[in-house]
Amino acid sequence: MDLRLSAEQEAMRKLVRDFAQRVIVPQAQRIDDRDEFPRDIVRRMGELGLLGLPIPEEFGGVGADYVSYMLAIEEISYASAAIGVILAVHTSVGTMPILHFGTPEQQERYVPKLAAGELLGAFALTEPNAGSDAQSIQTRAVRLGDRYVLSGNKVFITNGGEADIYTVFAVTDPGLGAHGMSAFIVPRGTAGFIIGKKERKMGLNGSATAELIFDEAVVPAENRLGEEGDGFRIAMSQLDGGRIGIAAQALGIARAAFDAAKGYTLTRKQFGRPIADFQAIQVMLADMATQIEAAKWLTYRAATLRATHLPCTMEASMAKLYATDTAMRVTTDAVQLFGGYGYTKDFPVERYMRDAKVTQIYEGTNQIQRIVIAKALARLALD
Amino acid sequence: MNIIVCMKQTFDTEARIVLENGAVKEDGVQFIINPYDEYAVEEAIKLKEAEGGVVTVVTVGPARVEEAIRTALAMGADEAIHVEDEAAFGDEVTVSEVLAAVIKDRPYDLIIAGNQAVDDGSGQVAVRVAELLGVPHISTVTKLEINGGEVVAERDAEGDTEIVTAPLPVLVTAQQGLNEPRYPSLIGIRKASKKPIAKVAVAELGLDALAIARRSSVVEIVLPAAKGAGRVLEGDTGARAQALVRELRQTSKVL
Repeated sequence: MDLRLSAEQEAMRKLVRDFAQRVIVPQAQRIDDRDEFPRDIVRRMGELGLLGLPIPEEFGGVGADYVSYMLAIEEISYASAAIGVILAVHTSVGTMPILHFGTPEQQERYVPKLAAGELLGAFALTEPNAGSDAQSIQTRAVRLGDRYVLSGNKVFITNGGEADIYTVFAVTDPGLGAHGMSAFIVPRGTAGFIIGKKERKMGLNGSATAELIFDEAVVPAENRLGEEGDGFRIAMSQLDGGRIGIAAQALGIARAAFDAAKGYTLTRKQFGRPIADFQAIQVMLADMATQIEAAKWLTYRAATLRATHLPCTMEASMAKLYATDTAMRVTTDAVQLFGGYGYTKDFPVERYMRDAKVTQIYEGTNQIQRIVIAKALARLALD
Repeated sequence: MNIIVCMKQTFDTEARIVLENGAVKEDGVQFIINPYDEYAVEEAIKLKEAEGGVVTVVTVGPARVEEAIRTALAMGADEAIHVEDEAAFGDEVTVSEVLAAVIKDRPYDLIIAGNQAVDDGSGQVAVRVAELLGVPHISTVTKLEINGGEVVAERDAEGDTEIVTAPLPVLVTAQQGLNEPRYPSLIGIRKASKKPIAKVAVAELGLDALAIARRSSVVEIVLPAAKGAGRVLEGDTGARAQALVRELRQTSKVL
């Protein structure tokens, strides 16, 4: 058993960490305050190769292994969880489905530009009445000759309004349930495709979360991803990877909160000595560090399974569940350790706490993760 | 054009130096490419991009040095030679003999090194290499151009700029200001994993370990005395000048 990262993984991690410290950290507070999409930083991430990290070199990506990609999400999220989610969504669900299910023409047309960051990707599955229950989507796609006409609404779409390319899920055959769902590549600017309300959120400010409206949007049939009826399979194929990505994001947030809190307890003096001298504080720090360590290895283990193409549905859910719950607890404790200062916007820990919350909700709520884990356990019991 | 870069891995300039048993403690310290050598690597890659050619990085040091080599390769150097051999870890004499032995049998038009290393700061190694190879050298270069078979270099000469030309092959040492070293890209790191690093031992270079053994020894290493807080002098210009002279006479006794 060798738990060390390879030299290449370490080098990539260090490069991304340096970039995040140099370019993102000085801007992170401002991005949160103003809730402005950080276009300039996203452009620089593209130049660095970050927006095509796990994409093969022949498609213009870096060709890094899946673990390196997770380390990148973690390091970026350490600096800014909002930018972490822009990266994760663009890559895991914005680019991967086209890479894995696209025709050679679709791959050629979109993947190199997505990998280079010339185009930003998004993924539109969730609807007002279809969140955890994804197969209940109501957006319709009706075929008319060599075109499809899309009608319906999508909500909570990350990178919505900022992305150039959207993988959109719609029902092509309402009688078939999950098997009646299809996926489409829809560029921004398509007639009848309207960006709706941009959500004002508790956290992840700076990342765009928007409603998408398809008002008889006309999409050429050549933009269908996979066959008719492949939609649900395409959507589900990205879940494991997406969940490990959110685990990595949560891990980055938790580490940032812990480092800030640890540093503060060493400098903050009460009763004539640093508060880190008090056992009550030490116990909190020990618990935080232990949970982060556990979250880290669950995440890296799931990423390693995924990197080697082994089944990882249960492990991905466990990593997502545990890392995001850890992020919530650790960020809450970090605010507590900062005391009154932690509740102010003069310190970053309140931002970490707001950012952490959504990681328990999106990419499958933590309630859903437990169901996924339980189902996997049941399957294991049957084998 | 064949360009060789002499590179050293040093402590991170931001690292906190801790002494233990009379030596700098290496545990927990970050290592980087010596900043002056980083200018050398950057200049070599820039010249290669403009003129074509091959950039070879040569370094001496323990296994940890490989990280610095990978960084140089990720920046765009093509290949590397790593002398990872106790017999090569001596003083400036040892290292320059080893580097010269590595370089002498290879094709080279230009050798670039840092002006000095930020750890020992001797500034001797590169110049010794030039002497051993019998090639001209230009030190503390702030601008470098290749003009046919010669280099035109601007060098830092005690605050003035001197313009020096020399025929190839030549060794130059990089001074701060020569360029702005690039950050490696992620694709650069991927490519670096596939580039060759040759490991060479002193015996393979035809060198006698005893003959190149260190001739100097470090007697003592001490940390600089802690610096006291500064003081801002108050009052108008005249009063501040008087106060300054008084302080220089009485407190620091330099006048």
